[in-house]
Amino acid sequence: MNGVHDMGGMHGMGPIDPEKNEPVFHEPWEGRVYAITRLLRAGGGRQNIDNSRYQIELLPPADYLRMSYYERWLARLLKQIVALGIVTPAELESGRPAPQSTTATPAVTAAMVPAMVARRGSARREAAVSPRFKVGQRVRARNVNPTTHTRLPRYARGKQGVIGRDHGVFVFPDTNAQFLGEKPQHLYSVRFTARELWGEQASARDFIHLDMWDDYLDRA
Amino acid sequence: MTSSDDPVGRRDFLKNAAAAAAGMAAESQVGHAHDSHDHDHEHGHEHDHQAVPSDLNLRVKALESLLVDKGLVDRAALDAVVDMYETKIGPRNGARVVARAWVDPAYKKRLLTDASAAIAELGYVGGQGEDMVALENGPKVHNLVVCTLCSCYPWPILGLPPVWYKSAPYRSRAVIDPRGVLREFGVELANDVEVRVWDSTAEVRYLVLPERPAGTEHMTEEQLAAIVTRDSMVGVGKVSLSEARP
Repeated sequence: MNGVHDMGGMHGMGPIDPEKNEPVFHEPWEGRVYAITRLLRAGGGRQNIDNSRYQIELLPPADYLRMSYYERWLARLLKQIVALGIVTPAELESGRPAPQSTTATPAVTAAMVPAMVARRGSARREAAVSPRFKVGQRVRARNVNPTTHTRLPRYARGKQGVIGRDHGVFVFPDTNAQFLGEKPQHLYSVRFTARELWGEQASARDFIHLDMWDDYLDRA
Repeated sequence: MTSSDDPVGRRDFLKNAAAAAAGMAAESQVGHAHDSHDHDHEHGHEHDHQAVPSDLNLRVKALESLLVDKGLVDRAALDAVVDMYETKIGPRNGARVVARAWVDPAYKKRLLTDASAAIAELGYVGGQGEDMVALENGPKVHNLVVCTLCSCYPWPILGLPPVWYKSAPYRSRAVIDPRGVLREFGVELANDVEVRVWDSTAEVRYLVLPERPAGTEHMTEEQLAAIVTRDSMVGVGKVSLSEARP
């Protein structure tokens, strides 16, 4: 979707302003929101990382820009626990479990946390899918404007680049985010000149590399 | 209730977004409880980067209690996750990878050809670090990593990303003005240096292998690891000897 999250190349966002000796979490609630989200992800259900990103993108644009990072996570978390059917809106209102509700067993105990954190959940798939392109080949990113989740930024659409490397076969986020299947396909690093993306005022020695799936590309 | 022209505004944005998102009624206990309380706070406690209303701590506590009461999360497990990222998983992991690559040419070769396996040799594995690519900086090539679409970052190797990495200024500018961004971080590149920006648009995560500074020839791997900064492994900084601690 052409959301405000897709901000590569935008102007007017201000200075970067790094913070010295920045803490991992600035307030206790940030760590709790992060941890709750991680633990509930381990609990399964109808969720995946692509859909989780999509849920953030669906926040109204003004809210997205005003919210801090973990405020967005909290908004998503509240939405997801209701969508997963593990908490009802009535329970969120009262702050207490519904009287007739059953008590679940947490999927992850403290002892299981190191293994959960170290678990590999790669999006790489061993599916025997042929690559449509090979390293060195010229390609053009498709000019498409899906209204749903995509990882093809606007700034690269319609632009020409060169396949830099073939990462192998990976889950396709555009379908996975909508629970329409993993549609595994080759993922490439595609190299664009800064001048192709931004025009002649860009440095001739600047290059931008994006990871792009077969379905994002045509032969140039 | 606060009026819609509340000069602070952020609390209402969260409240409204969260309430809308969860399909909650306007008076939700967890979604925006403590309305009477947070009037005390809404004009203070603004952090440099993000104005955070302190009632969020209360609101999230209420949410946590509900989830614990329902048996959906274990409180000790939450503590363990927070502790893991506050004290165990952070840029020191990546610094050890870099130091090893600097002292061990065979390791460096493995890192540049199969970063996932080479990093796993040192035990740094897990979510958001499964499929790694290492990018070598040199006198004529400078690599810089960004995620314009969200906040993709190699958690097991660098920990959770800093606020600036996840924020609009860096995400918007890194791809269109990388040299200007680097200048803001104090890195001035000569015109003949090639800049390669890596936009993390997929599940591949990138680690920059910074240049080993001159004058470090006699340092041990341990001493080298101590001077490798997080910024140098994202590509917004260079490693310098002045980072060395006595």
